[in-house]
Amino acid sequence: MTSAAHVLLTIAFDGLAYAMVLFVISAGLSVTMGMMGVINLAHGAFAAIGGYATVWLTAQAGLPFPLALLLAGALAAVLAVPAERWCYRPVYKADHLAHVLLSIGISLVVVAALTWLFGPSSHTIRMPDYLSGNVELLGVVVPVYRAAVIAVGLAFALALWLAIDKTTIGARIRAAVDNRDMAESVGIDVDRLFSITFALGCALAAIGGGLAVNILGVGPRFGLQYLVYFLVIVVVGGMGSVKGAFASALVIGVGENAGRYFLPQAGAFFMYGIAVVLLLVRPNGFFTRASTP
Amino acid sequence: MTEQAAVSTTVPTTVPTTVPAAAVPGFGKGPLAAASRAQRPGALRLGPVDLIPWTVIALVYLLWPGQAPFAAQVLVLILFALSLDLVLGHAGIVTLGHAAFFGLGAYTVGMLNVHLGWREPLTALAAGGAVAGAVGVLSGLLLLRYSGLPLLMLTLATSAMLLELANYRSDLTGGFDGLSGIDPAPLFGTVAFDFSGKTQLLYAAAVLLVCFVFVRRLTASPFGQTLRGIRDNRRRMEAVGTPVFGHLLAVYSVSALLAGISGALFAQVNAYVTLDVLSFERSGGVMVMLAIAGLARPYGAMTGATLYAVIEHYLANVSPEFWEFGLGVALILIVLFARGGLLPTIERQVARRSGRARQ
Repeated sequence: MTSAAHVLLTIAFDGLAYAMVLFVISAGLSVTMGMMGVINLAHGAFAAIGGYATVWLTAQAGLPFPLALLLAGALAAVLAVPAERWCYRPVYKADHLAHVLLSIGISLVVVAALTWLFGPSSHTIRMPDYLSGNVELLGVVVPVYRAAVIAVGLAFALALWLAIDKTTIGARIRAAVDNRDMAESVGIDVDRLFSITFALGCALAAIGGGLAVNILGVGPRFGLQYLVYFLVIVVVGGMGSVKGAFASALVIGVGENAGRYFLPQAGAFFMYGIAVVLLLVRPNGFFTRASTP
Repeated sequence: MTEQAAVSTTVPTTVPTTVPAAAVPGFGKGPLAAASRAQRPGALRLGPVDLIPWTVIALVYLLWPGQAPFAAQVLVLILFALSLDLVLGHAGIVTLGHAAFFGLGAYTVGMLNVHLGWREPLTALAAGGAVAGAVGVLSGLLLLRYSGLPLLMLTLATSAMLLELANYRSDLTGGFDGLSGIDPAPLFGTVAFDFSGKTQLLYAAAVLLVCFVFVRRLTASPFGQTLRGIRDNRRRMEAVGTPVFGHLLAVYSVSALLAGISGALFAQVNAYVTLDVLSFERSGGVMVMLAIAGLARPYGAMTGATLYAVIEHYLANVSPEFWEFGLGVALILIVLFARGGLLPTIERQVARRSGRARQ
């Protein structure tokens, strides 16, 4: 194999792992934003909570990493229920400004709480042996962890796609995304559906946050730091569309990773550039499911 | 605000029959302009309330000179919030990228001063405003074709792009270390900027006064009335023949210009600029300042920015997390229980009390 192809493959694998982390976090946001129509700037805060929970559960409680991830997801789901009930539900029908202010408020509370509990610095995580080291794939040496993240991301994408497109609860969610009033009038308990979906969305964010620690690290401001990424992926992909979130996470994750590799000083400039162009071309996203009322 | 909303919703149906739209000169060419013209004198009538802020500034200058540098900072924030209120409060454009214009103004002053030795403060201030205003026109031409969530995302992403660009060209902007050593020449060649910050305070107050009067007049004008009409019901304004895009572009550019002036003022008062002038935190922060007090009110920006800055000044000294936590909780409570901000809520309460007292 030529060295150029080798380099490209390495970049592609790195970018894929990064894209999968972004996808797992953004998929939850896509469904909740598409469904409830709330601009939720606090979604990243749940990812940060998940990251911290994973670090704490593996390092302090000594739990195995996969179990810690699931528990982190469960914790976020438990926290999400009261947040949805008492903070988000009253503002569903309010304007964008109210959504932005409310979710900035929630983000700030989480940032302060995480700083109090764990200090202002960034945390890393120690991986178990079976997730450390390297593995050779397609003639390229890839860290095992990244390969695993890619596999987990693909599994999540498949599972979410099946769950939303093929199950009854998925059909209900789609109905509520398309037209809340109509869904209610055919007997769907939309309030309860919203609670469940929001909790699941936050659980996804937390699991994504846990997966991200070994790649991006996690600090109290993790949610704000990557906020623009999650939002861009959701909006570019089309709100409420898991397929769209997957496609745009791939474009943005791989694209940014390549940009950083070839022109490291430019930082996230490429990501934002790609995002702006995509938004200008398709302001309502590429895979829009919801018909705007 | 309720009064204004009422006017803008009732007028379009009644006025077109009496006043031909083309007969109205000035910014607002729509029929609404004529109706609001009749109310303009009332809207700008000044009372004792209008003296309060300037009296406070004078008192700080005379009695509490140690706080002059901080007071000057507050005035910069007020001006920034005032510029956002034009687009957010009056025109209803929710933008998360207003820091872009603040940062452009700040870096224009900083780079002119440090790299080119352009130290004359007033022309540098004008240059900062002009650069931001020009970028406002150009970006507005492109972005204002969108609205709602796509517009919010575009403002967020373009300002983030600008931040990355500033970081990339750290040879010009100083990058993360910032651009220091900004030393404006004496005002009018005589009054020097000093370490006590007293000159800076008077200078910032003068700039704010000019901008404040301008904004008051602009928002009370037919143009301002038309903007609120667009905010409250865009389709109706289009239907009565208002050039909606032109109005939005105009107010967006003016707002960018004022934000640029506030950023320029920031650079001159602080003598340094760092990347955080362009950050999302700054865009979000100014929105929060405005929203805690109330949008599209003559004293919303002043009240909000002052409250925010003073509370931050004292709480952040205790601990930064304490401030963030308090602000977060306050935001949640305001959205849930005092939608519209503190000033309108207080007014409602007062009105209810006095109503009850009369009975």
